[in-house]
Amino acid sequence: MIDSENSNKSAIFFVSIILSVFLPVLPAISQEAVDSADSSAGDPVAVFVPEPPRNVTAVDHNYDRGENVDVSWDLSVDDTSAMFLGYDVYRRAEGEGEFKLIGTVPAGVDTLQDRSTKADTGYVYKVVARTAQGEAPPVITERVVPDLEMVNFKLWNVFLIGLFVSGAVIFFISHAKRGKKLFIRKIAGLEAIDDAIGRATEMGRSILFIPGINDMDDVQTIAGITILGRVARVVADYEISINMPVARSIVLATARETIKEAYASAGRPDSYNDDMVRYITDEQFGYVAAVDGIMVRDKPATCFYLGAFFAESLILAETGNSIGAIQIAGTAMPAQLPFFVAACDFTLIGEELFAASAYLSNEPRQLGSLKGQDVGKLAAMVAIALGMLGTTFVEIWDSSFVDDFNWFIHRLFSIVS
Amino acid sequence: MKRQVPLIITFIVGVVLIVSVFFPRVEGWNEDFSIFFDIIAVFAYFLGGGNLIRVHLDKVNKKKRDWGFSIVTLFGFLLMLAAGLFKLWNPGGFTADVAATGSLFQLMYDWIFNPLGATMYALLAFYVASASYRAFRAKNRDATILLIASFVILLGRTPLGVYATSWIPESFSLLQIPNLAIWIMTSPNLAGQRAIMIGIALGVVSMSLRLILGVERTHLGAGNE
Repeated sequence: MIDSENSNKSAIFFVSIILSVFLPVLPAISQEAVDSADSSAGDPVAVFVPEPPRNVTAVDHNYDRGENVDVSWDLSVDDTSAMFLGYDVYRRAEGEGEFKLIGTVPAGVDTLQDRSTKADTGYVYKVVARTAQGEAPPVITERVVPDLEMVNFKLWNVFLIGLFVSGAVIFFISHAKRGKKLFIRKIAGLEAIDDAIGRATEMGRSILFIPGINDMDDVQTIAGITILGRVARVVADYEISINMPVARSIVLATARETIKEAYASAGRPDSYNDDMVRYITDEQFGYVAAVDGIMVRDKPATCFYLGAFFAESLILAETGNSIGAIQIAGTAMPAQLPFFVAACDFTLIGEELFAASAYLSNEPRQLGSLKGQDVGKLAAMVAIALGMLGTTFVEIWDSSFVDDFNWFIHRLFSIVS
Repeated sequence: MKRQVPLIITFIVGVVLIVSVFFPRVEGWNEDFSIFFDIIAVFAYFLGGGNLIRVHLDKVNKKKRDWGFSIVTLFGFLLMLAAGLFKLWNPGGFTADVAATGSLFQLMYDWIFNPLGATMYALLAFYVASASYRAFRAKNRDATILLIASFVILLGRTPLGVYATSWIPESFSLLQIPNLAIWIMTSPNLAGQRAIMIGIALGVVSMSLRLILGVERTHLGAGNE
């Protein structure tokens, strides 16, 4: 009982000491907190509202179908502030009640292209500068009505170059049709086709032809198929077998037709059978696995890789190399060319793939197109030399003519969308 | 007629696609033709799938060499087709997305199809090594230049390259191996690549014109007539 009374007294004593120490201070603390809250509410740094952007404009993007509007502005004076987040761009179309957010760009960016407009519809844009704490007053643009233009004059340089090269090709085709003799340099890879097929005949083995893994909408595949026509003709003459696994169904149909025609023109339509061409899969590495399997099992004497290739190029070419096949490759994929050069006996580099069918046909009209292509190449060389001179002289001479000339050469070979 | 119709279609499509580049009003035709092609390609899948089944069934029937692989191919093809077509074990039922998480199709894609593809891709590393070994042997002057250039680039992209030539003063910084590697890639290498690309572009123009004008018709099975 006495212990209990003592402990109660101790507790009361302890609480009284605590209260006597803190009670006088409590009003001061609470007042300080209120003062602090009051002062922060009035502090301009704590709620940072940026200045709005200036000169906000929305203009129709030139030479398109009216589906683009360029919105631009001068950066807010607070753009470089650490708290500045960026600009929200809103759009209100004719007939719509409210602005809708169409995009946000970070600090330092002063344009946004709205790519979803419709021709002959009026639009108003609103740009709002923003920080984490607040938004600047919105700036609204004038109404803009995007137009549908008739001609894309921005591509005048593409038109000129295209016209020049096409003109040269057509000129030399008609030139060749008139019976003029044209000199075409020898292409080793194409000269080797007959020898490679001859080797397969001597060894009594088949020929493997891979037309790449793209579809018929790729001009490289078409180039591969045109060479197939020539290869199949020689194969039919030598009475050996050709094996052509493909990765696209349309290529299957086209290749069959090409080989069938080649056998018919060689006078051996009965020797053709549909199994010469077979579909494997559209999947890149599934296709490679199957073709590698065919190579290792059948051990073809000659492998042709002519078309569009990607990562599978080296896997195919190295497997072909390991079975000792003569390999002729050709592609217009610059990244794959080194692999083919390293692993194959002959490689048609880029343009040679496209020249192959003309070269092999020996037909004057087709050879004429190669000559036109060479004129384009000559023009490219001249333009490169002029560009180098222009860029050099701009640094040396302070002349408006040199400046203009240099600009013209650069513009001629730049594609502006 | 069999040859004339494709030639006429090629001419019309070719001309329209060229025109659509320069005239915004018909720009959309480009996309329309791509859609036409996709539609044709979808129907052609039946052709490809049919051919696959026929070739492998024939192999199994006649017990040709390695016919066991054909059974695996047919089984895989039909199982994947059924899983996708009938949405087998799809948690969302028949109306759900074919590749919904937990569906048989998605499971087979993630756990069989993808690893097999990745395995084939991984083989590339070994093929690069064997091809490099052959390509970089210093058999003649050109191969020696290639060997030296590749050695510099290889070294320039490793910490050893940085360490080995960091003592070279800043005024000769181009001689530091990492900088030399960058120079090889951005000057001689890029110049060569661009030359090839210009040639390719001209080749494409020339080939396209031959196709559009009907001068080239081998791909139509028309030989050299």
